[in-house]
Amino acid sequence: MIGLTHYMILSSLLFGIGVYGVLSKRNAVAILMSVELMLNAVNINFVAINRFINPDQVVGQLFAIVVIVVAAAEVSVGLALIISIYRHRKSVNLSDFNLLKW
Amino acid sequence: MSMVTINDMAFVCIALFTILSALGMVLSRNIVHSALALIMTFIGVAMLFFHLDAGFLGLVQILVYAGAISVLIIFAIMLVMHGEPNQTNRFNPSLGTHLWGAYIALLMTAGLVAAIWFSGLPEVKGRTVEDAVGLLAELLLGKYVIAFEVAAVLLLLAVVGAIILARGVEEK
Amino acid sequence: MEHLFTDTAYMLTSWMVGLGIKPVWADLILLVVQWAIIIAIVTVNVIILIWLERKVSGFIQERLGPNRLGPFGAFQTIADAMKLLTKEDIIPSRADRWIFMSAPLLFIVVAVMLYAVLPLGKDMAVVDLNVGLFYFISLGSLSTICLLMAGWGSNNKWSLLGAMRSVAQMISYEIPLAFSLLGVVMIAGSLNLGEIVNAQNRYWFILLQPVAFLVYFIAATAELNRGPFDMPEAEQELTAGVYTEYTGMRWALFFLAEYTNLVAVSALAATLFFGGGQGHWLPSWIWIIIKTYLIMLVFMWMKWTFPRIRMDHLMAFSWKVLIPVSLANILVTGLGIEFFRGMGW
Repeated sequence: MIGLTHYMILSSLLFGIGVYGVLSKRNAVAILMSVELMLNAVNINFVAINRFINPDQVVGQLFAIVVIVVAAAEVSVGLALIISIYRHRKSVNLSDFNLLKW
Repeated sequence: MSMVTINDMAFVCIALFTILSALGMVLSRNIVHSALALIMTFIGVAMLFFHLDAGFLGLVQILVYAGAISVLIIFAIMLVMHGEPNQTNRFNPSLGTHLWGAYIALLMTAGLVAAIWFSGLPEVKGRTVEDAVGLLAELLLGKYVIAFEVAAVLLLLAVVGAIILARGVEEK
Repeated sequence: MEHLFTDTAYMLTSWMVGLGIKPVWADLILLVVQWAIIIAIVTVNVIILIWLERKVSGFIQERLGPNRLGPFGAFQTIADAMKLLTKEDIIPSRADRWIFMSAPLLFIVVAVMLYAVLPLGKDMAVVDLNVGLFYFISLGSLSTICLLMAGWGSNNKWSLLGAMRSVAQMISYEIPLAFSLLGVVMIAGSLNLGEIVNAQNRYWFILLQPVAFLVYFIAATAELNRGPFDMPEAEQELTAGVYTEYTGMRWALFFLAEYTNLVAVSALAATLFFGGGQGHWLPSWIWIIIKTYLIMLVFMWMKWTFPRIRMDHLMAFSWKVLIPVSLANILVTGLGIEFFRGMGW
């Protein structure tokens, strides 16, 4: 029987894959995509707990919608930042963003 | 030991699809392939939402993530692509950093999975609620109306901020 | 006659259950049969539509359309299909093979998936989803990715430019499309397409929501990349835009998908605004066919009458005109509902 445990393990696996993407990529857009993956994993958690523990109130789905809204806002601003950095540095490679390094 | 139902087999298929797409996303060297694998992951997560009887949320996921955010990401990739496509998404140059990243991610995942497995979550069957859309609307405009309004203001700020950032400040 | 198809489906399932098959598998087999019928409907409709478009454009431009093959040129489409099947299948050498090949397939898959919730008669939707209308809107937004894949996979500047323009246009017009349908949802009180049809018992929604229908019509034309909004695939401007590198059957798949989308959007308009299926002394599924074809004739009429709209005018029209108008429509609808409810209507 598929229960809450399976869903939470799936979401933690997705979260781990997202963390690996953030830590080991050097393209700024790829890191942003991995952050989106982590947000999706968290959404699965919300909805799964909502369905198995307390389905009469749909608060879990509501919070997942708010997380989706926040993720959309964050992606648009993040990508605008990356594009504007690309205009100056001509690169989206993280090792090239070293102006503040000593 | 109860029988394996179609429900369980469907969950296993969807979960495998989602995890393989996510792995494809982080392991691909071509960033456009990464973006397409990310879209497949989003659709996989939407299918998981359908499996969890959250139909409305699954459709919101497809509409917002797979339909809009993915297009944003692909547009940005095409605007900032510099060089050959299959060199755009390499891992960190030094093997050490790369392996450290994998090690930390594995450690964290193992800790989370162990915490969930050994914590003995209740084996509840889970009921479903019929009219999720109506209930969501009542919550959104009733008890959580402040969150709703703040989310609207956040989206407005994001739109204005993104336009200003992407357009750049003109020298007067 | 009215219940021809629903009774046939019921007889099929009860015969299968009588043979000893479990009801779950009988329903699944019925679903496969319904899917095959939808594919047949789509194919037959596209064949008729391509001929109809050429004839209608001919009449509007004061010339005869195809008139050599068969009565009134009816077999022209079949001849065209055979020609396209025998063309050489060219894939550019530096194109991304998988993306190039899968883009038209995904486009047609998303287009056919739209038919799953359309009520093709009374109680004749394949799946009676409670969020049917929202399903339609979500899948409409999924076809933008397929065009981006087609443009990127061709490894061609014209294709990429055409794809970006097309996607920008489709995303801009998705918003007024969704907003215009919200007024209908508010009056009907449900996202279920069957219930929306039933809520039009007294007045069709075209009378209650004329502005919404106008906005929906314009936004749907832009979503379909046809009519005065076909800048992204204009032959004169962009050498066929997204479809530049596609030959033979792959190109035909794109056009199949476009016409499939057209039929689906017209059927949705008939369902939401014209009480689809309701009408006197003809069965409901014949009424839906008549209303859908009339709306498609208006789409074709619009395409061949107006000149092409420039790209920046197009985007400005969506963001600066259609979105405020549809938002105002929602406001007025909300006020109207409260007012009439207060009057006890």
